[in-house]
Amino acid sequence: MTQTHDDYLFERYQHKIKRENKIVGVWQLIILIGFFGMWETAGRLYWIDPLLFSTPSQVASVIAQKVVDGSLIHHLEVTVLETVLGFILGTIIGIILATLLWSSVRLSRIMDPFLVIANAMPKVALGPIIIVAMGPGYTSIITMGVIVSVIITTIVVYSGFKEVDPNYVKVLQGFGATRWQCFKEAIFPATLPTMISCLKVNVGLSWVGIVVGEFLVSKKGLGYLIIYGFQVFDFTLVMSSLFLIAIFAAAMYKIVEKLEGKLIKHTS
Amino acid sequence: MSLLTLEHVSHHYFTNNSYTKALDDVSFSINAGEFVALLGPSGCGKTTILSIIAGIIQQTAGDVLLNNEPAHRSKIKIGYMLQQDYLFPWKTIMDNVLIGPKITDTITEKTKHSARQLLNEVGLADVEEAYPDSLSGGMRQRVALVRTLITNPKMLLLDEPFSALDYLTKLKLENLVSHLLKTYRKTAMLVTHDIGEAISMSDRIFVMDAEPGRLAKTFEVPIELRNETPFLVRRHPKYQKLFDAVWDELNKHEPENPKEGKVVDNDADT
Repeated sequence: MTQTHDDYLFERYQHKIKRENKIVGVWQLIILIGFFGMWETAGRLYWIDPLLFSTPSQVASVIAQKVVDGSLIHHLEVTVLETVLGFILGTIIGIILATLLWSSVRLSRIMDPFLVIANAMPKVALGPIIIVAMGPGYTSIITMGVIVSVIITTIVVYSGFKEVDPNYVKVLQGFGATRWQCFKEAIFPATLPTMISCLKVNVGLSWVGIVVGEFLVSKKGLGYLIIYGFQVFDFTLVMSSLFLIAIFAAAMYKIVEKLEGKLIKHTS
Repeated sequence: MSLLTLEHVSHHYFTNNSYTKALDDVSFSINAGEFVALLGPSGCGKTTILSIIAGIIQQTAGDVLLNNEPAHRSKIKIGYMLQQDYLFPWKTIMDNVLIGPKITDTITEKTKHSARQLLNEVGLADVEEAYPDSLSGGMRQRVALVRTLITNPKMLLLDEPFSALDYLTKLKLENLVSHLLKTYRKTAMLVTHDIGEAISMSDRIFVMDAEPGRLAKTFEVPIELRNETPFLVRRHPKYQKLFDAVWDELNKHEPENPKEGKVVDNDADT
């Protein structure tokens, strides 16, 4: 008797959760459809100039046409590959630099003011120099993606290393652990959640670096399509590229979130 | 024969514009197999003493000898147990227990076997593959105990290992630790705030004075109490007498007392 009543309460709880999820989902859908609907209507009725702001239907037909003639896939491939590389390299190099800083208190003290300056610098402003130095190709663009995310990763991960509860290190030192063993067994794994949130931030940052890099190099990729569309006044092309960037940036973010769920299961 | 000897050990903590003297000329020795408790007000340097013995920090003056050898050259293993368990949340219980052997690169089938045996002994069979977040506070502290014992240390340093636990769990763990240490003939030093815990577990009690930390007085626990389990010690007639004596001694060193006295004097002046 009580069992069935408990079951009933649980069912009601589950039902409530499901209902809440449904409401949230419906509203998200309404906003999405409403946004594109308003955009389309506003464009068709000339509330906004369709020449400047295009319309969703035009964007869709441009994307469809470019998918069919195969040119889009190429640009997309280039940009996504550059972004993924820039993002991974930026994070890895950042973590390596943070590790170096952690390995020597003196080094971190020496480097501190330079890191502050490097962090405050608008990295995209280095674009022209990078392109002159490394040539107008993939290397320059990927370097842009790296440079935008690497310094902030270094700083955030390094402060994550420093915030690890010193008692974990004490436990290991009690067993006679070396500094490197303390790093491997305690500091690094304890900072994994910080690194994952760095990855999330870096998804956005590396897109900035790559798109600006493609603006400057202007050969291939979605950034090139945007700058080309701008120059020939084809704003449907600009909007299409933006739309694709939004989709792929969101997809990358979701992948990182999945990774987070896989890597971080036990944190307390 | 004394296993551990501290000779005129002092320790300073330095900051940019000041320093504090945490320990001032502390000397004592502990025999092999002995259980000693350190009692004292907070800030009297109890934890500093343990950290120095464990070799985690280096004293600013004096010598620490293990078996009459300087501690840093000695091969005698020391186990350190902290107030909280500090199990690594991302490692399974088994990996947590085996962290000591992993550090010294001595994991063998034999250590794994004895880890399982020890876990059994503390009543934790079947949790080897679990993660710490699924265990209760008492269970986690028992895992920490096994982690400390697995490297087979000659001496154990216990830094308030029961203070974060509820009373029932604490009493049970006191019995367990006391039993295990007697069975394996370990030498131990326990830091605690709890007079009852100190009396019920140890052979000798060092009462410390604060700012700077000094040894104030040593109490011998009567032989009748030493062989009882901690739980039964608390019911022994001689327990209360020793408790009162230690209580009075501790009160003498309570830093608030002289200050309160001064406040009263000032009031009298006005």
